[in-house]
Amino acid sequence: MADTQIFSGAFAEPVLAAQSVFRTVMDCMARPGTIGTIAATARPPQPLGVAAGAVALTLCDHDTPVWLTPQLARSKLPGWLSFHTGAPITGEKHEARFAFVEKEAVLPGFALFSPGTQEYPDRSATLVVEVDSFEDGRPLKLSGPGIRDEAVIAPQGLPDTFVALAEANRAMFPRGVDLILVAGDRVLCLPRTTVIKNREA
Amino acid sequence: MAPGVNQIPSDIAPERRREAMGLLAKATRSELEQAWAALPKRPEAEPVRGPETGLVMVRGRIGGGGQPFNLGEVTATRASVRLQGVVGHGQALGTDGEKARLAAVFDALLQLPEHAPAAERLLAEIAERIEGEDTRKARETAATRVDFFTMVRGDD
Amino acid sequence: MYVAVKGGEAAIANAHRLLADRRRGDRSLPSITIEQIVAQLGLAVDRVMAEASLYDRAIAALAIRQSRGDMIEAIFILRAYRTTLPRFGYSVPVETSRMLVERRVSATYKDLPGGQLLGPTFDYTHRLLDPSLLRDEQVEEPLQRDGEQEPVMRVSDILAGEGLVEGDGELPAGHVPGDLTREPLEFPMARDLRLQALARGDEGFLLSLAYSTQRGYGNNHPFVGEVRMGEVEVELDLPELGFAVSLGRIQVTECQMITQFKGSVKSPPQFTRGYGLVFGQNERKAMSMSLVDRALRTDEFEEDVVSPAQDEEFVISHSDNVQATGFVEHLKLPHYVDFQAELDLMRRMRREHDERSREEPGDDTLEAAQ
Repeated sequence: MADTQIFSGAFAEPVLAAQSVFRTVMDCMARPGTIGTIAATARPPQPLGVAAGAVALTLCDHDTPVWLTPQLARSKLPGWLSFHTGAPITGEKHEARFAFVEKEAVLPGFALFSPGTQEYPDRSATLVVEVDSFEDGRPLKLSGPGIRDEAVIAPQGLPDTFVALAEANRAMFPRGVDLILVAGDRVLCLPRTTVIKNREA
Repeated sequence: MAPGVNQIPSDIAPERRREAMGLLAKATRSELEQAWAALPKRPEAEPVRGPETGLVMVRGRIGGGGQPFNLGEVTATRASVRLQGVVGHGQALGTDGEKARLAAVFDALLQLPEHAPAAERLLAEIAERIEGEDTRKARETAATRVDFFTMVRGDD
Repeated sequence: MYVAVKGGEAAIANAHRLLADRRRGDRSLPSITIEQIVAQLGLAVDRVMAEASLYDRAIAALAIRQSRGDMIEAIFILRAYRTTLPRFGYSVPVETSRMLVERRVSATYKDLPGGQLLGPTFDYTHRLLDPSLLRDEQVEEPLQRDGEQEPVMRVSDILAGEGLVEGDGELPAGHVPGDLTREPLEFPMARDLRLQALARGDEGFLLSLAYSTQRGYGNNHPFVGEVRMGEVEVELDLPELGFAVSLGRIQVTECQMITQFKGSVKSPPQFTRGYGLVFGQNERKAMSMSLVDRALRTDEFEEDVVSPAQDEEFVISHSDNVQATGFVEHLKLPHYVDFQAELDLMRRMRREHDERSREEPGDDTLEAAQ
């Protein structure tokens, strides 16, 4: 009756851990392409990764509807999120403030999520997407605010359409979604302001 | 794994648990502390969540029975503990973390056959106190009820 | 334009220390306790809770003590405090029909189920200063009497039986109650959001507006269907358990105001209603709220907006005393640079004016004549 997976696995020191994760995510968001390490330990139900779990505990709350991929929605994650963060789970992508996509899941189209409005661009979704690794993938060239000249990342596990998706997202500025990529305990942010291009080999 | 996890929790009916949680929310801190101190065996309660204080937005209904609207917030404190393999939840208005934690402990104890009778005794005590207070208040209010009488003037 | 000017740190620190001293006052007197404020200045506590939109007697009393009894300052402190707390959720709507009634009066029916229960009221007191309160005299215990077991029926249900009164407020299906603590205000707004704003509105402001409707600025002819005060259960859904549990009780005051309505194209002649619901014991506020609620329903009844109390943007934008005090009181903060610019402008205008009148004497009078 007591569901161990739902009730356990949150931060041991909720305030300090959330502050530390917030700081890491904020720094990475301010400097797109920088890889940060999540220092706090979260043990979310499988198949969500540890960094994604820590981001969820830090950023989600009662006011942020969360969308989950079909596989995550079938896992213990909805109960875990609800108990530890109070976040409501929604099946409607456009209602979500956060979306979680586990490793190897199909990345949903960005356009289905809320890009905010022209008056309130902050009412947009943030997508937390887990990839296989931040190394040895197809190199991507980043430029834009927070990046001196340009940065190069090579995440593994993003679909081929990723650059096109990101370009369409960028075109809506100031509206658009923001991305947090996670791999293991590491995190990398791609806000809507970042221009993402394939780097010629 | 928590100690004593093999103990089978009693199959407490949701309606009884709901009622019990409502009573524990209305318990005073000292009622809970005394009942805890009086237990012959005090199992260890491991924190699962909280105690944490937050806000609940209280809703009313337009016209008293119509569509809901948000009236204003109230402070509330909640805690969850794991005790001998079962999870107990405590929540009450106000900011008293220890009260919420003890309420969670008794919610857990109520689910364990070994401890349920002690928890039930506490619940009966709380219910009796509340009933006494409510009755006294109702009787005090009743004493301020207006008894109208009609004055008849002149001859018929 | 804003220009940063540094300085004043020592003065500010010393002013705060002086404030703490004045707050404490004469050290030969005992310090007032939070428990004493809750128990003996309960209506001040209730008012702070209502206008702060935060129900917690101990914390409201602390804020009153900290603010030296300045109510708006205490409300401000509570508003700031609430921003530090996470939101657990929305309660199940409180059921005022199941209230543990401590007072209930109706001005429309003399004999009604449940009766007229005066409760702890200032009504019928003579408002004469009571010198016995100068001393700490013994106060008698209240009398008790067996109550009747009949439920305290809602007056609106009595009238509804005849079909002469509109129903409780309905909104379109699927309407999600607005929450002004979460989304910025936009006009026009639905009635639910207006009621939330009014419930936290300044009592004095709402009282004046309510009074204005009675004096003809809003075309109302109201009756108090009933005012009731007492405790209601606050229940919260616990998703981890799948049911709602009681968190305890809060005291609220509710007013059902009934107003004659001649009818329109859409609706037959009937009584319409204004609704007031306020934290704590405060029927002045609940009554004012219900009058203003009714006045603001011009859209629903095809009434012309001719008075301030009917103007939603005017009423709702100015009812919050924390917002109001912030904007009024900010005027005392340094505006040195702003004013310097104004001063320069004024000097130039005066110089030009003086030059003009020297060059063309009589020109002013000519303009005036034109």
